[in-house]
Amino acid sequence: MNKEYTINSFISENSRPLSSLFYFVLIMTIFFTSSPEVFFSPKFHQAVLTVYPIIIFLVIPLVFVVTMGEIDLSFASNFAFASWIFSLLIKTFSIDPFLAFLFGILAGAFIGVLMGCLVVYGRISSLVASLGALFLIRGFLFVVSDSKSITIIEIRNHWIYDLLVGKFFGLPMQFIWAGIFVIISYFLYHRHVFGAHIHHIGDNPESAAQMGINVDRTRIFCFMFCGIGAALAGMFSTLVNFTWWPTQGFGYLLLALASVFVGGTPTWGGVGTIFGAVFGSGVIAYMETGIVAMGWSGLWRQFFNGLIIILALLGHRFHGNRIR
Amino acid sequence: MEPIIELRNISKNFGGITALNSVSLEVNEGEVVGLIGDNGAGKSTLIKTLVGVHQPDLGEIFIRGQRADNWNAKKAREAKIETVFQDRALTPQQSIVWNIFMGKELRYPLGFIRVKEQQDQANRIIREIGFTSKLIDAKSQVGNLSGGERQGVAIARAIYNDAELIILDEPTTALSLIETQKVFDFVNNIKAKGRSVLFIGHNIFHVFDISDRFVILDRGKVVHQLEKSDVDSPENLIKIMKETVEKGE
Ligand SMILES: Nc1ncnc2c1ncn2[C@@H]1O[C@H](COP(=O)(O)OP(=O)(O)OP(=O)(O)O)[C@@H](O)[C@H]1O
Ligand SMILES: [Mg+2]
Repeated sequence: MNKEYTINSFISENSRPLSSLFYFVLIMTIFFTSSPEVFFSPKFHQAVLTVYPIIIFLVIPLVFVVTMGEIDLSFASNFAFASWIFSLLIKTFSIDPFLAFLFGILAGAFIGVLMGCLVVYGRISSLVASLGALFLIRGFLFVVSDSKSITIIEIRNHWIYDLLVGKFFGLPMQFIWAGIFVIISYFLYHRHVFGAHIHHIGDNPESAAQMGINVDRTRIFCFMFCGIGAALAGMFSTLVNFTWWPTQGFGYLLLALASVFVGGTPTWGGVGTIFGAVFGSGVIAYMETGIVAMGWSGLWRQFFNGLIIILALLGHRFHGNRIR
Repeated sequence: MEPIIELRNISKNFGGITALNSVSLEVNEGEVVGLIGDNGAGKSTLIKTLVGVHQPDLGEIFIRGQRADNWNAKKAREAKIETVFQDRALTPQQSIVWNIFMGKELRYPLGFIRVKEQQDQANRIIREIGFTSKLIDAKSQVGNLSGGERQGVAIARAIYNDAELIILDEPTTALSLIETQKVFDFVNNIKAKGRSVLFIGHNIFHVFDISDRFVILDRGKVVHQLEKSDVDSPENLIKIMKETVEKGE
């Protein structure tokens, strides 16, 4: 096997994540060339650094769900549900924040399992089921919170704050956690039976069932994973802001979805890419905050966001259509 | 000796359609059973029920003499029953390795996959089934293979999983003469090892050559169970089949 062959096969096997990386580099180049001084100022990256890890926690599990041939929109509300449990336990019940954090994860997982059961046993399309859940959970939160936010400024003095969102040699800890999350997810996706079964189910659920894969259980687990990701994102966001508020997370709905597809995971199921999604999230996170930081009018933000999504998806079309 | 698998009075309906009507069947150790019948007779439904993909509405399944409760596809594979389904049950966007080990991945503790081991085994299997194209390796996507090659993957998966009963639902449909011969060699090989085969085929000549015993299914009912010695020749078998169809009408 010569060297050229290995490089070629690396490129062809990783064409989706590589082209997402290309879009990311492209965006950065545009920012850099349009204003080098701003590009190298910390202010430009700061906003991104807080948004980016949160998008990662949402997007990576979505890659699993989309690969499985399903979709979950409820994450944007589950985000606020889990962090509501977290904040409430700390504020109202004075529970140790670390325990509250674990309960928050459980709460997210619980909603995820409910979503999975609704899709598997209720036989509702996941798009519609999760759309319903998106409103239902948000509505529930408005009612129970009386539309009031919860401040947990006292968390600053607890070790969990430093561990989760403190600084490590200047780098926000949530970056490290998001990195660990990505690596674990990568192994789950490519080198674990969970990931293998998700690929098979998204590709052809009948085949998967015929070969003895427990399709229902895997589906429920996948939605649960999505719930856990949403919970982590919600609680990290709450920690960064010291505040829970009832509309929290809603703004991430379309950003996270866009990141999955800009990242190179196709809509049809059976294939996807974790690292592509990381780059895709980078593109979206920088588009969100970078344009304004660059001093351009914020009025252009959505326009450019839409443009990059469409262009990226046109680019990903070169990876071909679904193979049957 | 206990039969490897035994069906007793299995019935299966799809909505208003009766696909299986009180079917009883057994497969013993070391025998090749040929299951034949017209299109829509219920052959595929029968084997899917047998391996737990469909749940029967009525009737019982026994595995080596034990009644199988909550029988499902996973348990069937754990009981060393492997199936080449009529639709091949492949996932075209996944690699050959992932297809060969689908649902029976080689695992480390905690469910992580032995990637390297799977890869090596898959490459060995690919060489043994003798894909002619040099471009095919374990990482090739199944969807890029020809129909015959896909079938080869499905058959290889069943054979290399060390099964005691192999069920082949029309395994030779898309195959060339040489490839068909290869499948027959495989079947004879399995039989020589004392394992059992349930073979479904449309080509009566093929089924006749390969089987020790024949089961004829007609509109969801077993109408004949014949030993090879009772039949003599494939022409006779065809005659018997024609008679049952005419009698039914
Ligand atoms: N999943 C299903 N849903 C509804 N009806 C079904 C289903 N599977 C099979 N049937 C019906 O059951 C009957 C038997 O079908 P089956 O596929 O078992 O026949 P077969 O003997 O394998 O035919 P062929 O030789 O064409 O493969 C047919 O009438 C078919 O339409
Ligand atoms: Mg059939």
